[in-house]
Formats: sequence, C-alpha cells, structure tokens
Amino acid sequence: MPKDAAGILSEIKRSYIVSKLKEGVRADGRKPDECRELSIQTGYVPRAQGSALVQLGKTRILAGVKIETGEPFPDTPNKGVMTTNVELLPMAFPTFEAGPPNETSIEIARVVDRGIRESKMLDVENLVIEAGKKVWIVFIDIDVIDFDGNLIDACSYGALAALRSAIVPASKEGGKDFPLPVKNTPVAVTMVKIGDELVCDPDLEEEQLGSVRLTVSTTEDGHIRAMQKGDTGSLDLEDIRKAIKLSSNIGAQLRDKYFK
Amino acid sequence: MIILGTASDIKLLTKDGRRLDGRTNEELRPIKIETGVLNRADGSAYIEWGGNKILVAVYGPREAYPKHTQNINKAIVKARYNMAAFSVDERKRPGPDRRSIEISKVISEALDQAIMVEQFPRTQIDVFIEVLQADAGTRIAGLTAATVAVASAGIPMKDFVVGCTAGKVEGKVVLDLSKEEDNFGQADLPMAVLSKSGKVVLLQMDGDLSVEEFDQATEMILTATKRINEIQREALSTRFVAEIEEGGE
Repeated sequence: MPKDAAGILSEIKRSYIVSKLKEGVRADGRKPDECRELSIQTGYVPRAQGSALVQLGKTRILAGVKIETGEPFPDTPNKGVMTTNVELLPMAFPTFEAGPPNETSIEIARVVDRGIRESKMLDVENLVIEAGKKVWIVFIDIDVIDFDGNLIDACSYGALAALRSAIVPASKEGGKDFPLPVKNTPVAVTMVKIGDELVCDPDLEEEQLGSVRLTVSTTEDGHIRAMQKGDTGSLDLEDIRKAIKLSSNIGAQLRDKYFK
Repeated sequence: MIILGTASDIKLLTKDGRRLDGRTNEELRPIKIETGVLNRADGSAYIEWGGNKILVAVYGPREAYPKHTQNINKAIVKARYNMAAFSVDERKRPGPDRRSIEISKVISEALDQAIMVEQFPRTQIDVFIEVLQADAGTRIAGLTAATVAVASAGIPMKDFVVGCTAGKVEGKVVLDLSKEEDNFGQADLPMAVLSKSGKVVLLQMDGDLSVEEFDQATEMILTATKRINEIQREALSTRFVAEIEEGGE
C-alpha cells in the first residue's frame, strides 16, 4: 500500500495508535472489531446496467457494471463471463499515477473477483444466449476516487451492490430485460495486525502501521470462499482462526444491514 | 453430449477412497530439489514436484533500480513468477498477466520474512521463478524452491519458507492437489510458513471450506511442510558438503 503524501507516518501518531490499541481502543475511537461507517448509493450512474457509490469511512469508490454480449470461454460454453477491474485514479491519492494497472490494483481486483466468483454469487448458467456462441459478459469496473485505507472491502461492497442492482439489457437481443441473477452474498472483511491485535476495516494510518493484512470472504452459511494474506508480515494460525470468526460475524451484520 | 469444463461427472476419488493418481488423502506427490543448477546466477534451484518442473535463479543483493524503489532500511525482494508459453496444455501468451503479477507479489512478500533484508539497505534481491511445466501448485513449488535458491546464493536468512497446498475434492479434504483436483475440486488453499516458527507467510484460498475443513487442511499442510523442509535442507547439504569434499571454494 502506498504511504501518505510525506511517505511516512509520524512517530508521534504511530506510538499514539499503538498505545491506544493496548487499551482496546483505536485512534478514531473504534473497537478493534468495528468497521467504519458504510454508505452505499446504488443507481448512481444510470448509464451503467448497475452501479454503486460506496463510502467506507473516508474511502470512496464508484463501482459500475456493464453487461454486454460476447463469446464464452471455450472451456465453459454454457456459462456467462465475469471480469473485475480496479482503477486507482490519480485524484484519489498524491502518489497514485495514471497508467496501466499496477500490482496493487491487480491484487485488489483479483481478491474482490475471487470472493464473488467462488461464492457462485452470479448465476452464470443463466447468462447464456446461445450455448458456445453468445453469452452475457458482466464487466465490473471500479474507480477509486478517494483513498483512506481498506480498498479491498470498499471495492468488494461496491461490486456487490452494483451487481445486485444490475439489469441485463436483454431487450437489445430481442428478449425482455431481467435483473442480473444473483444467489449468494459473499462479504469480504479485511483486517491488519498491529502489534498483537487484529483490527478490522483499517484506515490508511492503520494500514501503514500494520505488519500484515488478511482478507476473508464468507457466505451466509459461514463457509470461507476466499482468503488472501497481504504485506510482508506473518500470521499465527491462531490469528487466522480469529480472523475467520471475525469475518463471518461482521459479514453477517453487513449482509443484514446492506445486502438484504 | 459431453461438454468440457462441466465438473459434474468427473470422479476424483475411486471407490476405495484413493485419489486418481493412487495417493491417499494425506500423501504428497514426489518432490525433488536440486541446487546450483545455473552458472551465471548468484543462487539457483530446480524443483520437480509431481509434474511441476520449475527453475529459480537469484541475483543480488544488488543496487535497487529504479532508484526511487530503494528502501533505506532494507533490501527489497523482487520475485518474478513466470510461466513458459509451453508449460500448460494450451499455449500461454508469454509475458506477465494479472495472475502472475499477483503471484509474484505474494511470493515476494513471503520471502521477505525469511531473508535478513535489514542487512542490505538500498538493494534489491531478484528471484526469477520460471515454470517450465505446470502441474498444479506452481506458486508453492516455486516459493519452496526459491527459498533454497536464496540460501544457495549465500544470502543470510532467518528461516526457510516452506509451503504446500490442500484442498477439497468430493467433500474430502486432501493434501497437495493434482491438476485434475485443482481444476474440478471444490477448494484450493495454498499456504506457506516459516519452518521453525510455523508463522504463516503466504495464504490464499478460493472455493468453499467450512471452518472445520479449514482447520483440517491447515493441519495437513503443517505436517507436510516438515517433510518438504527436510528435502530443502538435503538439497542444500548435498550440494555444499560435496563442494567442501572436493576442496572447492
């Protein structure tokens, strides 16, 4: 993850965060297992087939879903196609640069994609127009417009909300428009480890301070659908078990509140 | 009509509970590691793991370039995972794709924990991982060999990175997925740890695992990494003991 504009977190701030955390409180007053305020506004871009503007704390992203026709992959002739792309716009942060996707944006997009794909959220079998020849292709494009940490979760909630509100433009193909068929609701929850403590939904400062990051995506049944460890630090198995539990609890809360 | 890519009628376990290649649930495929296989590189290793054939070269520590990437506190570990065009059934377009960029990133982050990077500020350590033939579990096989290659370059290390995958086929948790199991199974969990402390330095997962299955899978992986670590150590001792006996450098 990129550093702040100055490239470093001040020593004062650093020791403040660490010492507060020892008392079980985070710099912004949250508890370790508490997410920042989340707001989701769907239908933000009517031109897209589905869209969602997400604000998670001060991080803001805009997810858009475009649905077009195209050829299926040769090895899955009876399935529609889904792709995910994340753009770190230069407006979002001083050190973000325009240009082709870098390893950071690729990792975010692939982790978001994995959670959705592996949960079988999209009913791709019902996105076929003519088997082997023509299927619906669902493009999830996510613009990061303001960056204050935890892009994986923000992008993942944006993708979720945009997909759930998307309409397949089947009238263009002589059919009737229909809502994009979705089944499960995979919720990603990302944590970083600061000292010995796992904190959920890290903001930028916590992300910089954390030694290691872990994302766990779970579905309604409490099963794990995707995981990704990031950054150079290491985790104990105990941390990972704890993270899975946290993710599944927080996931259930978010699902109830935002993805009913 | 048979449609390729639909997993439904492919059996991955035989009636007596064995896997298609005859292995039991907790059995590894054969693993062989050799070191000192390249002349130019500062360190190198070659691994055969099942049908995987992977070469690793290490260069450095050398001055980090471009300069703005230099870290005044430590060396940066730059792994590049690359698949040869001919390494898979259908030709892979040469060059980095999104998958290999992600894998390179997680491998670099895992190696960083084992290498004493603080000793070499402003430098980079290049680790080139070339998959000559892929047969499931390439990132873990590559990382396991990369550790040996780094050690053979004489770069000081705190520990070995050693990994293995586990997954789920037909509802059963199994160790070290084969290609068929990877393609048609229900979950894939590559994990790598530091051999002594058991700390997890690489962890990815996709598929569908319950919490109990996850615990079972990680348990299997941890047991397996002990065996794999012995193979890593042997690879190094074979090579360097031989050199001493020959009165080499």
